[in-house]
Amino acid sequence: MQSVFRIILQRLALGLLTLFVVSIVIFTAVNMLPGDFAQAILGQGATPDAVEAIRRDLGLDQPPITRYFQWLGSAVQGDLGNSFAQANFASFVGADSGVRTTVAQQIAPRFANTMFLAAVTACIAVPVSLVLGILAALFRNSVFDRATNVTTLTSISSPEFFLAYVLILFLAVLNPVLPSLSNIFEGMSFGERLEKTLLPALTLTLVVTAHMMRMTRAAIINLLASPYIEMARLKGMSPMRVIVKHALPNALAPIINVVALNLAYLITGVVVVEVVFVYPGIGQLFVDSVKIRDIPVVQACCLIFAAAYILLNLTADIMSILSNPRLRHPK
Amino acid sequence: MSALVEIRDLWIEGRSDEIWSPIINGASLSLKKGEVLGLIGESGAGKSTLGLAAMGFTRDGVRISKGSVMFDGIDLITASAAKKRELLGKRIAYVAQSAAASFNPAHKLIEQHTEGPVQHGVMSRSDSVEDGIELYRRLRLPNPEEIGFRYPHQVSGGQLQRAMTAMAMSCRPDLIIFDEPTTALDVTTQIEVLASIRDIVEQFDTAAIYITHDLAVVAQMADRIKVLLKGDEVEEADTRTMLSHPKEDYTKSLWAVRAFERPQKPAVHTNATPVVSVQNVSAAYGKIPVLHDVSFDIHEGRTVAVVGESGSGKSTTARCITGLLPPSAGVIEFDGKALPANYKSRNKDQLRQAQMIYQMADTALNPRTTIGDIIGRPVQFYMGLTGKQKRRRVEELLEEIEMPAAQYIDRLPSELSGGQKQRIGIARALAAEPKFIICDEVTSALDQLVAEGILKLLARLQDDLKLSYMFITHDLATVKAIADEVVVMKEGKVVEQGPKQEMFVPPHHPYTDLLLSSVPEMDPDWLTNLLNERGVDNIGDAAVDKMS
Repeated sequence: MQSVFRIILQRLALGLLTLFVVSIVIFTAVNMLPGDFAQAILGQGATPDAVEAIRRDLGLDQPPITRYFQWLGSAVQGDLGNSFAQANFASFVGADSGVRTTVAQQIAPRFANTMFLAAVTACIAVPVSLVLGILAALFRNSVFDRATNVTTLTSISSPEFFLAYVLILFLAVLNPVLPSLSNIFEGMSFGERLEKTLLPALTLTLVVTAHMMRMTRAAIINLLASPYIEMARLKGMSPMRVIVKHALPNALAPIINVVALNLAYLITGVVVVEVVFVYPGIGQLFVDSVKIRDIPVVQACCLIFAAAYILLNLTADIMSILSNPRLRHPK
Repeated sequence: MSALVEIRDLWIEGRSDEIWSPIINGASLSLKKGEVLGLIGESGAGKSTLGLAAMGFTRDGVRISKGSVMFDGIDLITASAAKKRELLGKRIAYVAQSAAASFNPAHKLIEQHTEGPVQHGVMSRSDSVEDGIELYRRLRLPNPEEIGFRYPHQVSGGQLQRAMTAMAMSCRPDLIIFDEPTTALDVTTQIEVLASIRDIVEQFDTAAIYITHDLAVVAQMADRIKVLLKGDEVEEADTRTMLSHPKEDYTKSLWAVRAFERPQKPAVHTNATPVVSVQNVSAAYGKIPVLHDVSFDIHEGRTVAVVGESGSGKSTTARCITGLLPPSAGVIEFDGKALPANYKSRNKDQLRQAQMIYQMADTALNPRTTIGDIIGRPVQFYMGLTGKQKRRRVEELLEEIEMPAAQYIDRLPSELSGGQKQRIGIARALAAEPKFIICDEVTSALDQLVAEGILKLLARLQDDLKLSYMFITHDLATVKAIADEVVVMKEGKVVEQGPKQEMFVPPHHPYTDLLLSSVPEMDPDWLTNLLNERGVDNIGDAAVDKMS
């Protein structure tokens, strides 16, 4: 058990290091974006003086290295800075209200929405993929297996917006069972939220199922030639039991990794679906912020995405390790 | 009394590249209740296929094309899958060759033990756990109360094999198929497992089919023996008749293999410089010490056999000599000069002089390169030959190992048999024109007849080329056949060494004695006599433990 503990600590340290490297990459990349916020906000007719004033006010005149460490230093303390876009530039015309929205305030509700959507999707997609994968492995090369493969592959190959519109057509327009707009706001009950979220969640389920289902199927089938599977068969165990009890526990590691990868995708890569359903998630905020060069928000979003990826992969690593009895119970 | 198992005129085919080719050609056998039938033959003879067919089971890509398999009046070929599942595990059980691979790594032993009885509705889980502990006790497993609650990787190979026998017994079947259950074990462990299996099969009056390629083993276990050759039945008789009066030439040739033995060479001149001298070598993997103060010499044209069980440090010694594992203390001398400890600091000539032949020819040859390239590579690297010269040298080497160049030079390893692959391994070692070759268990993956061919080839090459061999093996028959001197290792130490003649004559070191006495002999009473002589507690691992 001690060795497992050490491995977990090592992975955690490695995760933090990765996050640090990613923060450098993010900062550099964002700074390489053409144009700058002051120019963007003031438009074509801006006087150089005004541009310079805003730049100074936001600290954009500092050298990049100084800015990076200022940003990192406060980010570590939980302060992601102030949003440029929400800042009140009225001060430049002499009427500063003194109120500035922090990035955290802006991101928090959006991120919560995104997590909600991801959670709902995961609750549908993960069990469905596992069950389909197990059944496909059980009835491999049957009509069922092929049909499942073709269906999931078709859905993963289709563009997300197309799937979204198809679902809207069938579930909102032709049979109005679900709302086609997912405009969520604060103060909604859980039930209402769930109802509004269901259509985007179903769309995303179609997108992520194929990968997880096929990995489950492949990981199980990979083991079916093992001597211990033959042994289970020779003990007269039913095919279902052979797969669920004997193959699945040994196939968990690759499955867990693919599930983690897809969950990370659900948090970071769902902009298109958010746009189609007008879902107020972090993806839309991210795209909007890039558009107006709201650098603190862009950087914060990137950092959150990176952290989500690293954290989920870390969890997957640790769970794969724990799924191996050799590591759980050393000699 | 009617037969428990009746196989009549059974034909089995296997598929490779969409072509069905025969594996078993019209085999018949019948087995009475409580009887043990030995199935012997070389690998590829179809023993396992026939054994599994007796359970009504075929592996993927194998099919029964004709014939009948009756088990206690039930036709296993026409029976539905559900009907067969009812029998498997409950009335017919299976013990596989590698228990380490055949136990599911994800579950505890007792979970796997109780699965059969519980799923077949024979016993409740708690009864089955109790019964399992009782079986573990009868099979003389250490700590029978606790051992079942471990995972397979926490239990040694010999113990796993007995736990698997216990698992096969869990539903008290009428028939057990033992598929080479001791092939992967050391001799001292094997003897214990053999004794346990024989006892328990007798106690419960279970019928068994015992599959093996080891004649001496089958002689201890079986009432009757059936010999198979490439899917054809050669002959069948009761054990004593078969051993004393084999009828067919093939059977006789199997019996004769053990007769190969080189004459002992005269003692080496005391002043002669050994080719390889291992002096006070100690080594460790990380912090775990594995070799302690190992010393021995290998002289020109001589074979030193290094014997011992798995884990005794034989292969580690070889790794030290080749420089793959720099020793923590001691030196390796070659022709009287110390070699750099790490192979990276040795020059090309020093590397060339010591070559290796590996146990698994399958994995030691690159499957995607032709024979010509495999042998040509060291020819070019060490001897600097290219183009036509290189090809001529490769052809010479192929002639040397008795494989016609024209026929084999462009083949891939997958197109060769196990013995031929091992010959390629030898040719590759010879290509460097070394003085010294380490042979690491080179015959243990091969059938006896093929192994004998390899040993004879190595002996001839030694005479022709004045080669020195370090021969790592756990098989004492091989030692008898080829060694000049023997080094016995145990737990990383040399416990005894000397000329072969002396080694096989008492008095021995107690460990050497145990090793020698554990090698099964052809005499069907050998195991019984040995057990009577020593008692069950003085064989196998128990005896080894007492010594240390």
